[in-house]
Amino acid sequence: MVESAIGLVLAPLASFILISFVTRRAAILSAVISIAAAGISFALSLSLLVGVLSAPAGAGLAAGAHASIQWLSIPSIGRFRGLEIAMGVLVDPLSATMSVIVSLVAFLVTIYSLGYMKGDPGFSRYFSYLSLFAFSMLGLVIADNYFQTFVFWELVGLCSYLLIGFWYAKPSASDAARKAFVTNRWADFAFMVGVILLFIFFGTFDFGQLSSAIAGARGSAMLALVAALVFVGPLGKSAQFPFHVWLPDAMEGPTPVSALIHAATMVAAGVYLIARGFALFQSVPGVMETMAYLGGFTALFAASIALVQKDIKRILAYSTLSQLGYMFMALGVGSMSAGMFHLTTHAFFKALLFLGAGSVIHATEEQDIFKMGGLGKKMKITAWTFVIGALALSGIFPLAGFWSKDEILFASLSSGHIGLYVLGIAVAFMTAFYMFRLIFTAFGGTAFGGTASGGEPTEHAHVHESGPAMTIPLIVLAVLSVFAGLIGSPWFQSAFGFSFGSFIFFGRPEASHLDMTTASISTVVALSGIFLAWLVYGKKLLKAERIAAALGPLYRLLDHKFYIDEIYAWVFAKIMLGLGIVFDWIDHYIVDGLFDGLGGATRALGRKLRLTQSGRLQGYALVIFAAVAIAVVFISTDLLGGFLK
Amino acid sequence: MIGFHPLPAILLSPFVGAVLLLFVPEGRRNLIRAIALAAATVSLVLAVAAMIFYDRAAGGMQFVEHYSWIPSLGVHLDLGVDGLSLPLVLLTAIIIFAGVFVTWRLESRSKEFFIYALALVGGVFGVFMSMDLLVLFMFIEIAVIPKYVLISVWGSTRKEYAAMKYTMYLLSGSAVALVAIVAIFAYAHDPAHGLGIWTFDLAALSTIHFDPAFQKFAFFLMLLGFGVLIPIFPLHRWTPDGHSAAPTAISMLLAGVIMKLGGYALIRVGIGLFPEGAHFWAPLIAVLAAVNAVYIAFVAMVQKDLKFVVANSSISHMGFVLIGIASLNATSMDGAVAQMFAHGIMAALFFAIVGLVYDKAHTRVIADLGGLAHQMPRVSAAFLIAGLASLGLPGMFNFVAEFTVFTGAIQVFPVLAVVAIFSVVVTAIYVLWVFQRVFFGPRNPKWDHLKDARGVEMVPIVVLAAVLIGFGLYPRAIMDTITGGILPLAQHVASLGIGGPF
Repeated sequence: MVESAIGLVLAPLASFILISFVTRRAAILSAVISIAAAGISFALSLSLLVGVLSAPAGAGLAAGAHASIQWLSIPSIGRFRGLEIAMGVLVDPLSATMSVIVSLVAFLVTIYSLGYMKGDPGFSRYFSYLSLFAFSMLGLVIADNYFQTFVFWELVGLCSYLLIGFWYAKPSASDAARKAFVTNRWADFAFMVGVILLFIFFGTFDFGQLSSAIAGARGSAMLALVAALVFVGPLGKSAQFPFHVWLPDAMEGPTPVSALIHAATMVAAGVYLIARGFALFQSVPGVMETMAYLGGFTALFAASIALVQKDIKRILAYSTLSQLGYMFMALGVGSMSAGMFHLTTHAFFKALLFLGAGSVIHATEEQDIFKMGGLGKKMKITAWTFVIGALALSGIFPLAGFWSKDEILFASLSSGHIGLYVLGIAVAFMTAFYMFRLIFTAFGGTAFGGTASGGEPTEHAHVHESGPAMTIPLIVLAVLSVFAGLIGSPWFQSAFGFSFGSFIFFGRPEASHLDMTTASISTVVALSGIFLAWLVYGKKLLKAERIAAALGPLYRLLDHKFYIDEIYAWVFAKIMLGLGIVFDWIDHYIVDGLFDGLGGATRALGRKLRLTQSGRLQGYALVIFAAVAIAVVFISTDLLGGFLK
Repeated sequence: MIGFHPLPAILLSPFVGAVLLLFVPEGRRNLIRAIALAAATVSLVLAVAAMIFYDRAAGGMQFVEHYSWIPSLGVHLDLGVDGLSLPLVLLTAIIIFAGVFVTWRLESRSKEFFIYALALVGGVFGVFMSMDLLVLFMFIEIAVIPKYVLISVWGSTRKEYAAMKYTMYLLSGSAVALVAIVAIFAYAHDPAHGLGIWTFDLAALSTIHFDPAFQKFAFFLMLLGFGVLIPIFPLHRWTPDGHSAAPTAISMLLAGVIMKLGGYALIRVGIGLFPEGAHFWAPLIAVLAAVNAVYIAFVAMVQKDLKFVVANSSISHMGFVLIGIASLNATSMDGAVAQMFAHGIMAALFFAIVGLVYDKAHTRVIADLGGLAHQMPRVSAAFLIAGLASLGLPGMFNFVAEFTVFTGAIQVFPVLAVVAIFSVVVTAIYVLWVFQRVFFGPRNPKWDHLKDARGVEMVPIVVLAAVLIGFGLYPRAIMDTITGGILPLAQHVASLGIGGPF
């Protein structure tokens, strides 16, 4: 099992090295290698999952496997800690499931990219980055300790940077890439300090050893400090408020990348880390509450922005933020199962939606939904799979999102977070509305040109369905988006004797249930969101412009994404750069001034002293005489300590 | 290993090369290059061999050589390396090897250039190998002086001012350090407190328990004297001008090894002889280290010239070395030495790339460049690797070094360490910003004539990047050696009951 785990990480690494150094110029070969590597990883991760599933029930960690090697060792001396770092693999239900999700989506996206990236001058480079990402992400998933997690955490950040800025000639893309990396750096700064302190307090990075060590430190201030610091890392990676700003901009990257990295897997790494380190977070109630409310807030905040966006990818990006918020909320109210369950289903339907959007963009070369329209007739597979993805995201029975979203809502209700429960339902309404606003606008209707009525389509006349490399992954993901939720359903439990909640859990297994109240409310709410979207954008009975005008300031606030980006830009330009300019000035004028002044004074003194070396004998004689006279006076006068007498 | 005497050959190889070059006519450029390369290669191969054959289990000074020089004053040419100095010897050998390739195409007076450069490197080797305090100090001077000529003859951008500034700063530092060395010499001769003999032998000197007041005094002088080399704020202003004015290979040596002489001497002599003095001044060093790391990072952010960015970035990174030294525990000092090595390689790579860009585009002004990734994808990739090492990305040895420093330092100076760690954020901002402005953006036809790096130009990039990534993936290959060198020192410090307030 350990060999499989190592193999599934190393296969994409080998692909990255091979493409970078050998097959750079052979574009198709590079793609084939990358797809093969992702395929190998997927097959190996399936074998891990099967291995873990076939272990006897209740085996716990013994169901998996754990192995590590020492990577760095500095002994402790006296009161000071040394440093003991290991690199290892940890196979358990959580990591096995996550590696299946990651490698499956990576595999599908790599195949899809074959069609999407066709003819791009950076074709090989693109596939090498995808493989590097798969390596880093899988390395993160099977890591057995916080240090290793941090290492791969940063590497996935690098891949994200490289892929967002893939089309580096575009200034907007390179800006977005840098913004993503730097925003994450702020968060990772706290994360790294947290990881270091964790080691200093407990003497290990190992997840297993820590969970027992932490149990003994409950209630201490240092534990709270560490948990809070480590928690900031996931906030950055999963783009939770106030670190959310990078994710919408990250849509500058190629769309398959948005699907893989910025929807399905990397952004979910924050959720995964919290699940992995649940022992740490769960032992500090303050952090858990913060997590729940910050997640809930981000869910609402991002969904509200998604209501007014016009760019198809940005709508989906804000939707991702919102759904990640849901997952944080689930973890925060104490249900690791619900959080991970939603991560799983979301990975499938959001990857599907992004790949669908990619198919649309590929065909129309357009991202503004109001410049699309009528695509449903021209791109049947894309349209139908997109609708399935949207229904799954909206939480319509019996699609994947229905099960996981209800699981989250139920978890917040049963843990006594009524406020979050209501908030979650409101978000469900908004989600259904913005998704079907998108669908009715882009896929519905007949004419292009959005609100401009009657205009005959000319520029999009060539639009047609994408090729099989792109549609097959869409179909596979659509199937998963329909059925993946069933693994968390009571029917699955009664049929197979276990379900998602009894497979991945913290503390005690969670039984799957169907809370009829929650299910009814959420279904009614989702359907009314779809209905309202149909009224406004399908039937156009309500004029969208009139609604926007009526909401005036609120609309502008949402349109400007609450001005958060503007605030950050101001802080960077005025405070960060301002400090740089001030410090640079100090360096040049104060520090340099001080030492140049010292040099200048020395030189000036030299210039004066030079005058004494005049070469005139009379002058020297006078000085000698004066010196002798003074010396004699000195040594012969009592008052001055003379000793001649 | 019996019969393996690498140190004299490593040390002499550059000097022999320099002397041989004296007899080569200026016009024979291939021969000149061949001699320089041969000298650098001999040192590199033997340094790698020494690294491999160094007995980590035994630790301590190995490959020891004794030559008496001025017996009446107790001055000996005693050579030896331990876990502290061996990695730095390797660092020096790698950088001069890369530096020869960087200078491969130098047209003007390449003979004299290599003579001075090799003499400088010989001096650096001498510092790291010398077990005698006076000889160590003399080698520092040998390493420092050729720089003046190298900058003022082959330099650019206000080179005379920079060369003079550099020399004045470093010689003033040396003068201060020399006072301390003479004081130590006198103290050791004192039969009541010292040993009663004339000696500069560091091992013998370290057996003396110096009077605490003397320790405070002498360590402070060393801090001033060697602090200029590191450089420590506010003695750092020679660095940006000096680096920017120096020719590429010399910038590489300056940032790569000359700056490390200070850190090395401060650990070897400062902490080795005066642990209590070091402990007394540690809070000051830690404060200045945090200033170095963060303040200079902000300064680097607003520079307009590529080389000034990298030069300031070097000062900022030396802040990590300083806080590692100030924290005085095994982990932090281990990290400090590792950081010296990692930063040396990374800075050399950075300067090699900036030099390449400058050679081709004839400008280093960031605003004039842009979109170079279109014309120079390899140079762009290499810059990114150096940049990622600089911002401490895992997978690079710099990350291992920084993480180790932080782990050690946060136990002693929690607040200052966190302030210093914050510079990784600022570094990420300026490195990626510079990278974006120079290499990203639309293709600029003005640069279409630029050729990507190839042939000999790729040698330094490949060698330096491979070292950063290689040790980054498997740090034990070097960290265990460093730990072996630091442990005795850390144990000695710990035995005095010195420790921070954590």
